[in-house]
Amino acid sequence: MSKTLYDKIFDLHVVRDLGDQQYQLFVGLHLLHEVTSPQAFAMIAERGCGIPFPDRNIATADHAIPTNTLLRPFSDPMAEAMMTALEKNVAEHGLRYFSPERGENGIVHVLGPEQGLTQPGITLVVGDSHTATHGAFGALAFGIGTSQVRDVLATQTVAINRLKTRQVRIDGALRPGVTAKDVILHIIQTLGPESGVGYAMEFCGSVVDAMSMDERMTICNMAVEAGSRVGYCNPDDTTFEYLRGRPYAPDENDWDRAVAWWRSIASDDDAVFDDAVVIDGSAIDPMVTWGVNLGHSVPVTGEVPGSNSGDETIDASLADAREFMGVFPGQPVQDIHIDVAFIGSCTNGRVSDFEMVADALARTGFKVAPGVRAVAVPGSNAVRDELQRRGIDRILQDAGFEFRETGCSMCIAMNTDRLIGHEVAASSSNRNFKGRQGSPTGRTLVMSPIAVAAAAVSGHVADPRAVFELV
Amino acid sequence: MITDTTVRDRISGRAIVFHEDGVNTDRIIPSRYLKELTFDDLGKYVFIGDRTNATAAGDVHPFDAPENQGARILIAGANFGAGSSREAAPQALTRWGIDVIIAVSFGEIFRGNSAAIGVPCPTVDARDYERICARIAADPAVEVTMSLTDMTVSIADEQWPLQLNETQRAMFRSGSWDTLSLLLEGAEQARTVAARLPYLTGWR
Repeated sequence: MSKTLYDKIFDLHVVRDLGDQQYQLFVGLHLLHEVTSPQAFAMIAERGCGIPFPDRNIATADHAIPTNTLLRPFSDPMAEAMMTALEKNVAEHGLRYFSPERGENGIVHVLGPEQGLTQPGITLVVGDSHTATHGAFGALAFGIGTSQVRDVLATQTVAINRLKTRQVRIDGALRPGVTAKDVILHIIQTLGPESGVGYAMEFCGSVVDAMSMDERMTICNMAVEAGSRVGYCNPDDTTFEYLRGRPYAPDENDWDRAVAWWRSIASDDDAVFDDAVVIDGSAIDPMVTWGVNLGHSVPVTGEVPGSNSGDETIDASLADAREFMGVFPGQPVQDIHIDVAFIGSCTNGRVSDFEMVADALARTGFKVAPGVRAVAVPGSNAVRDELQRRGIDRILQDAGFEFRETGCSMCIAMNTDRLIGHEVAASSSNRNFKGRQGSPTGRTLVMSPIAVAAAAVSGHVADPRAVFELV
Repeated sequence: MITDTTVRDRISGRAIVFHEDGVNTDRIIPSRYLKELTFDDLGKYVFIGDRTNATAAGDVHPFDAPENQGARILIAGANFGAGSSREAAPQALTRWGIDVIIAVSFGEIFRGNSAAIGVPCPTVDARDYERICARIAADPAVEVTMSLTDMTVSIADEQWPLQLNETQRAMFRSGSWDTLSLLLEGAEQARTVAARLPYLTGWR
């Protein structure tokens, strides 16, 4: 019986059938952070529950911590209270904690993979919607809410429905200057931001096969922006090479058996999906969002759309998005002026993201345009350390970027990294929702890191292929 | 106060309509309110960014409209609760006073979070949704009734079918939706599953 990776992992982890497509599912790894966990710990204390699998619950701090200074207490008393709660909770329950004090912390979706915690075949949950990132390794990974964080702490299981499966095959080869971020923005624009509700999305095809793990993580990270709680790629040699030697990866004694099992967990060649989509990868351009959801994107050479969809409700929402963003029908997106440039986040805060930008900046000597506030926030301490070791931090700083401590930062704006008033940000993050970056009237243009860099040096949205002569 | 014993089988009252798709959790409750260590005060911050912007533009947001105070039902289009996993989103809605959300579809994490805190999220067919929106637009004060016994939403003599997972439906009808108790019942089987997982047993 041929099966998808999703169904293989799901079936392996079913504890009990709860009826009507609901299951009790065993959670192989639960990663925690300071923002969605305090209430969950309080609830298990209230209920008198312990943590039966403490080794499978691992914590770090990312969402609310500052990126300018880690001196305690934090200047924000609420962030300080969240950190104190996390520290108390992990100490009380004896959980492994990748802490800022020891210089180990990172965005949970950057840290898990780089530690080798994220592995093929496991179920992995986090109280965060971008958990699908870990699906890049062939894990079944999905975001949960705080009551489910409570459930996982107390039982190492979660009540969940089985999803349908959609295969998204990306054929061909990407053209120069086109990145993984552009691929996923193109997919969301093509299929629609609500299209994935009820589906797990498998990303495959020659474009995915050729991608690094960093690139696959960027794609899976944003599955949720197409409505899919789960996105994944099948594990292959690229996956195994990435994992080999990482702290929590299987050691040499177990390695061959682990790889053999990981290979067996991939979707069978003749697996049947509930739906299948084919995307021509060679037709994808650098993409940029102009509106207030991830379906509101166009190629960087394109224009803001008008209201001519033929559907009154859609036209009204497009008009609302244009009004919020201060753009007009037919406006070339390259005419949109920016105030802030942000490179970082769980979507694009890994070494290769900064490396591509630094290469372009070093080669051209271009500087951040006057009046643009440019911020680079590495996705983890390990990312920061490697960037510093290779001098990439200095290239970014010489070009006019601030180089910060790690954290979610301006993607979610829970610390002081935020937009002010009506500022417009070119951002390598994952959401352009109204108010997302901290100001209720702030505006976000989501794009790739290299497109953010092109916008930063131009002062407006710009085609990175033209700015940096990417051929 | 939400308790484990509130039955949500039948809810009647005024409805607030969001006639749009993809209403996301960043709008329902902006991230700066996620630093509250308890959910108690979130009701007053629901849709705070949208409400602030509406007031600044001289408009009245549905959650500020005097006639909507006391509304118990929220009606929306596709993918309501899209985006972030923040449980603060359904917490803010229910603490404001919303007891049920009826939409064409839901963000799946939001829907799970809502179920966990006792807010039913049944879905309605897209055509029926348009009809419901039209009825309420014509008479914003009209009473709307959701029944999980009949699996319908009704306005006066007109009614439309609802869909909801049978397991959740039973939980809401009985007033017991305590997933933790349910999952604790499977503790022994969970250990059995753990003992057969290759990655927890050295891939042997």
